[in-house]
Amino acid sequence: MQLASLPDAQIVARCRSGDEDAWRELVSRFSRYVYAICCQAYRLRQEDAEEVFQEVFSRAYQHLGKLRDDEAIRPWIGQLTRRLCIDRLRAGSREEIVDPESMPGGVDDKMETLDEAFAVHEAMAELSENCREILDRFFARDESYQTIGSALDIPSGTIASRISRCLSRLREHFEGRNPEARPSS
Amino acid sequence: MTAYDEQRLAELIKALPPAPQAWVEAAQELPLARGQLDDIVARAEADLAFRDALIANLEDALRLEGYEPDTIPLDELRRRLEH
Repeated sequence: MQLASLPDAQIVARCRSGDEDAWRELVSRFSRYVYAICCQAYRLRQEDAEEVFQEVFSRAYQHLGKLRDDEAIRPWIGQLTRRLCIDRLRAGSREEIVDPESMPGGVDDKMETLDEAFAVHEAMAELSENCREILDRFFARDESYQTIGSALDIPSGTIASRISRCLSRLREHFEGRNPEARPSS
Repeated sequence: MTAYDEQRLAELIKALPPAPQAWVEAAQELPLARGQLDDIVARAEADLAFRDALIANLEDALRLEGYEPDTIPLDELRRRLEH
């Protein structure tokens, strides 16, 4: 079984037993989330964000054994990242900000959006590799039709319709995973 | 209840761009880095001259012994050498 298809709890258990491939998967799985918290929710400068990013994974690696519920790895990493971002801001790298929680835009609102985004990316894992690549390249990586067409060896003129089809499939998958996400009738 | 139309899903995909590849790779190499760290600390405990060299100039002493300082968590190494 591919590591990417294992649930979080199994990845955590494998990391704890010293499986380095599982650790690489864990970092890959949560890297976007940690990066987004640093740069979008707390708006850290790139060099501060990089230090927090590395510190989050360093502490996660050291303290994985203290995690009480392996399924709770995402909120645990989220809280750890938030705490380290606040420490970084308070340490004076952005002296103009006194209270990180009162930042414009609201950190809590942004965190809610990032949690939703994480769930959507998890649902994307259930799509075909082609769909997953097209959606990720177009929306998350901001690549042009031409770049996507060339990378995936498909005519760039068909990308728009493929995006539309893949989004429809994603919606079906996402609503299947999250019944509360369905529109009320 | 919240409805997730295609536009909302697109916005949420966009909300999680990839982290820089070099950051991800550095974090993925942590087990290797920690193995090196433990090895260096053990050597420093057994060899006082090596320990003194590390304390005097950490990065140079590591390079002299064939370690690549960029791949080692230096702040943590300093902390462990102080104890």
